[in-house]
Amino acid sequence: MANLTLVQAINLALIQEMELDDRVVLLGEDIGRNGGVFRVTEGLWQRFGAERVVDTPLAESGIIGTSIGLAMGGMRPVPEIQFEGFLGPAYDQLCSHAARFRTRTRGRFPMPITVRVPVGGGIHAPELHSDSPESIYVHTPGIKVVMPASPYDAKGLLISAIRDPDPVIFFEPKRIYRAFREDVPEDEYTVPIGKARVVTEGDDLTIVSWGAPVVDCMNAIEAGGRSAELIDLRTLYPFDMETIAASVRRTGRVVIVHEAPRTCGLGAEIATRIMEECFLSLEAPIQRVTGFDTIMPYYKLELDYLPGADRVGRAIEEVLAY
Amino acid sequence: MPVEPVYRAEISRVSILDEHGRFDGALGADLIPDADVVALYEHMLLCRTLDEIAFKLQRSGRMGTYPQNMGQEAASLGAAYALDRRDWMVTCYRENAGLFWHGVPPELILLHWMGDERGNHIPADVQATPISIPIGTQMLHAAGLAWAEKLRKTGAIACTFFGDGATSEGDFHEAANFAANLDLPVIFVCQNNGWAISVPSRIQSSAPTFAQRGLAYGMESIQVDGNDLFAVVYVMRDAIRRAREQSRPTFIEAVTYRLRDHTTADDARRYRDAEELAAWEKRDPLVRLRGWLESRRLWSPDQEAAAKERSQSEVNAIVARAEGIAAPAAGDFFNHMYAELPDELRRQRDTMRTSSLGQDPSECSREPSPPPSPAHAH
Ligand SMILES: Cc1ncc(C[n+]2csc(CCOP(=O)(O)OP(=O)(O)O)c2C)c(N)n1
Ligand SMILES: [Mg+2]
Repeated sequence: MANLTLVQAINLALIQEMELDDRVVLLGEDIGRNGGVFRVTEGLWQRFGAERVVDTPLAESGIIGTSIGLAMGGMRPVPEIQFEGFLGPAYDQLCSHAARFRTRTRGRFPMPITVRVPVGGGIHAPELHSDSPESIYVHTPGIKVVMPASPYDAKGLLISAIRDPDPVIFFEPKRIYRAFREDVPEDEYTVPIGKARVVTEGDDLTIVSWGAPVVDCMNAIEAGGRSAELIDLRTLYPFDMETIAASVRRTGRVVIVHEAPRTCGLGAEIATRIMEECFLSLEAPIQRVTGFDTIMPYYKLELDYLPGADRVGRAIEEVLAY
Repeated sequence: MPVEPVYRAEISRVSILDEHGRFDGALGADLIPDADVVALYEHMLLCRTLDEIAFKLQRSGRMGTYPQNMGQEAASLGAAYALDRRDWMVTCYRENAGLFWHGVPPELILLHWMGDERGNHIPADVQATPISIPIGTQMLHAAGLAWAEKLRKTGAIACTFFGDGATSEGDFHEAANFAANLDLPVIFVCQNNGWAISVPSRIQSSAPTFAQRGLAYGMESIQVDGNDLFAVVYVMRDAIRRAREQSRPTFIEAVTYRLRDHTTADDARRYRDAEELAAWEKRDPLVRLRGWLESRRLWSPDQEAAAKERSQSEVNAIVARAEGIAAPAAGDFFNHMYAELPDELRRQRDTMRTSSLGQDPSECSREPSPPPSPAHAH
């Protein structure tokens, strides 16, 4: 066991997958000598050389587009997009090509690409360095979307993502890159894509969240003292409805928490699925604590935007009031 | 002859005041009146002081991430000096010197990096767009602005700034292509400072110059010593003439160097050699210009001391203005979302919540409505 931060756990997963499979290549901006702007790839360029840890020209469309070619050519590219706000130029290659290649070639060209992307707010970063665009990609058929909320899951999920035969966007919640440590096995292990994690068990309500807000939910539960079952979704597509439904059938009450804007956020899909599959168990309307339907504000106001423990705590009391 | 050259090209480099203080009297004569050189130097000094204070503000927690401009002042300042007030400056984040000269209040730039969107509210009479964060995108906006000015026959033009790294983005190429093929009066100023964060410029281009990128799209292209204020003004005047009189774009590669980290979140020692930095410190545009002024007896140590003091107190006042602006109200980020805020968004703003809107838990204890009475049941 090693006691690691989320950054270190990802770093370890990358090292181990690169040792194991020489088809794995990393590409992105500043990931080489500099070890990435968040130091996620620290030491990898020195260890594996500039052929496998590649500083590319400053072009996100280029990074994803060439990853597609690398994948077709038999490699397992792990591109990094420096911040979620710069997925914009990569969108076309991701959604018009990576997501569709397997289907439109009837399986001839699968896309084993893992796109690593730091995501979310709360670090006092400039504009376009704090967004939560996960729903856009959840809504894009052909892509899997993963977002770990703990070092253990980060390592296991990243290994699964790299080994997965389909394109995976691996969102890394930057607010908790170094927020806490956790025991992480030094050996390789996988956390399956598509399986949620029950963080705390409880009887009175179910909270569904992912990414950095999972920590806010834990704080809200601790402060409020209610018996809440907290589910960390971990995989956003395909998400684990089974775990959610089993919990909701027991508790009858649900709060969904995410940082992304509310309208058409993944919370909307989860709420609908709960309504469809657990209608007879529901005791209260499902509550959503989310980002507002606005542009993510500059950092002076980012705490007003983020669904912090206070707002989660209030929603918990409100679903219990029914 | 079955194989013959169909195209040959060459790129010129313009230098007027070089790093050793040598001044090209032919090109430099009457380029900038002495009094203006003094004013430009003082402005550079102010920007340098502001840059150093901004760095300290970040280190002491009074400001967020900040990209220092130190060493790159001459390129944007020379451009702004050559432009008219009616012309557009469309920049990224290393153009403070030019933006301030063009009329952008310095406290706005500080406010921006202090995480306050109001820092982007540029006064209506200043022709500048706010700092552009996604790299390589703003050049298209400049092409569009130039296009609008052309359609409206105002005679105004647009000048856009970007880094060496930015020329790798697809949008740059689209902007250059639009500008050249639609005859747009826009000037592309590439500040080639050798680095895009930790990535050296040879990863962005294998050609000997970045100016060739403009040439490839069929526009006049030139390289200039970006730390030489005189040379920048010289090439800008030429480009401005071409834009105003012929509605043709120009690509200017201004060769320069950032003397500090990429931003306060960066540590350039991880990837840059100390010798490289030392060599460029000798080419500092501020020191160079002061040397020129001194050699012409236009500047004395006393004046230098006084100017330093002035810029210090002026920067203190700028910081006080930026910090004196009261924090925005909690719901402020809703207010400019749309011309008219949709009802749903208004509700989110007024309640600052996204949950349980419009439903009251007390309603669920309401008695179910009574069944219809048998008398009426047919
Ligand atoms: C589309 C996009 N990708 C990545 C980034 C992150 N980033 C910010 S500055 C920078 C390097 C820019 O280099 P260059 O264009 O040479 O300008 P310089 O900073 O050297 O002035 C990068 C990669 C960004 N802001 N936007
Ligand atoms: Mg650069």
